[in-house]
Amino acid sequence: MNKSIKFVYDTSLLNYHFHNNHPFNQLRVLLTKELLEDSGQLSQEQIISPRIATDEEIALVHDPIYIHTVKSAETLNREHLLSYGIGTEDTPVFSNMHEAAAKIVGATLSAVDAVLQNNADHAVNFAGGLHHGFKNRASGFCIYNDAAIAIKYIREKYNLKVLYIDTDAHHGDGVQEAFYSDPNVCTFSIHETGRYLFPGTGNTNERGIKEGHGYSFNLPIDAFTQDESFIDIYETALREIADYFKPDIIITQNGADAHFYDPLTHLCGSMKIYEKIPKVALEISKKYCNNKWIALGGGGYDIWRVVPRAWAQVWNVMKDEQPMKGSLPTTWLNKWESKATSPLPVTWHDKLEEIPTIPRKKEIEEKNKYALENLLKYTKVKRS
Amino acid sequence: MHVEEIMNRNVITLQPNDTISKAHQVLVENKIRHIPIVDDDFFVVGIVSDRDVRDALPSKLSNEKTTNILDREIATIMSSPVLTAHPLDFVEEVARIFYDQEIACLPVISNEKLVGVITEKDLLYTLIQLTGTHVQGSHIEVKVPHKPGILPEVASVFGKRKVNISSVLVYPYRNDPQYKILVFRAQTMNPLPIIRDLREAGYELMWPNNIPEPRV
Repeated sequence: MNKSIKFVYDTSLLNYHFHNNHPFNQLRVLLTKELLEDSGQLSQEQIISPRIATDEEIALVHDPIYIHTVKSAETLNREHLLSYGIGTEDTPVFSNMHEAAAKIVGATLSAVDAVLQNNADHAVNFAGGLHHGFKNRASGFCIYNDAAIAIKYIREKYNLKVLYIDTDAHHGDGVQEAFYSDPNVCTFSIHETGRYLFPGTGNTNERGIKEGHGYSFNLPIDAFTQDESFIDIYETALREIADYFKPDIIITQNGADAHFYDPLTHLCGSMKIYEKIPKVALEISKKYCNNKWIALGGGGYDIWRVVPRAWAQVWNVMKDEQPMKGSLPTTWLNKWESKATSPLPVTWHDKLEEIPTIPRKKEIEEKNKYALENLLKYTKVKRS
Repeated sequence: MHVEEIMNRNVITLQPNDTISKAHQVLVENKIRHIPIVDDDFFVVGIVSDRDVRDALPSKLSNEKTTNILDREIATIMSSPVLTAHPLDFVEEVARIFYDQEIACLPVISNEKLVGVITEKDLLYTLIQLTGTHVQGSHIEVKVPHKPGILPEVASVFGKRKVNISSVLVYPYRNDPQYKILVFRAQTMNPLPIIRDLREAGYELMWPNNIPEPRV
């Protein structure tokens, strides 16, 4: 088993930084990288530096005028910026915004090139996965939609069928919209129902339009959903969708905000879901894609207790086909302990006593099952 | 909101002496359910719904020849006189008429001429806009005592956090007239500061913010 896997990283990816009180904090990426290094899981040969995306590449998804607006954000007036979703509380202006955002896109494209040009089996860019970026508008902490750009890039350059899998607790609306009428790109997003949570979309009945009808899948799950229900319906849905679509390559968006510690969402998963998600992705990549799998980051707002472990497990599964177990390396804990805003976890899994007890658990499970049935209503029929 | 803001101005019409067959074709081709029937001056003399046309057709399961029936004039099956709306009527008045009369379309008349139609579907779209669910946002429900000044008080929390509100709805709280539910749709992915401010100010939040955060 001599697999080639690549980890895209350099410190320029940390420049995507709104301000110190903003919940989106790319220190997560460094924490993940060091956790892997200190666990002996990541070597220097596996790390590749990101390139920067060209304007033409960004324009695969975004309007040139929007790109121009991002480039000139520091000089344009507030009203103008707001019409492009820039300068809001969610996506405030910061200096060299374009360069930082274009670097993240470039990093995702570097991951794509590693797999499709240089024959790596899998590649990760945890700085990417900014799935709320739209053609003409920044939103939800996202400026350029690196995932959508990478998919367009793969379509144009390699003509492969792409399955995009989004496990962020928020609906992957920007990516869905970019491929809503495209039958060669299948998008699947599992997320907390949009009834309460941003952005509000992602209902099962959003299935795509025109030729793309039947290639957008949405699995909205109830607030306070826990491990068993999440894993059960997620696995069933993904296996069925993959078998229906038969992708050539998968791109996973690994937002790590469905955890009970995450401050921005109401989902209640534990580390168990972050052990299972990459295992199912691996299975799909082997079965249909001759291993081709690119993993991205995404949301994740408990940057100390949740995100580093969740993302590191994606890499661990790529490398060893199994998530890590037992204690976290003390070197990592000692290094970050004093900087962390909450006590760091000491094991890869969550302690049982920390997992909250949720009222209405049965009701939540039943509603999620119902969403799953709705989601898969047409896949079996279409093939028979 | 006025009817003229949401009505459809490109109205497909027929004349009373057109055939039922023509009406059937127009309904199918344009995927519409109502056709206002007008005279040469665009004065509305009747309306035909897809149900009127279907009622006139023989069952598709029978072998009966349909030609004579389909050649008859629309005037023989249209409803008349017609309930109509004015461009400056309120959308809520139209909703009331639809509900009370159990109909789903009103021709809109100005100076005795047809200028548009408003349908059930236009009203539903307006409802979607009123709820603010057509734009990205987070949804927050607050239970408040039904008293003067409460709305600006709660809304100021959003203002202080510089978060745009895309819609506000005021619902009754079950059958208790002492309380109301305020529903805010806020244009942010990070409603946490607002939720904490509301809690600290003593407001009662509804699901899913009414059970304590496991993470604090």
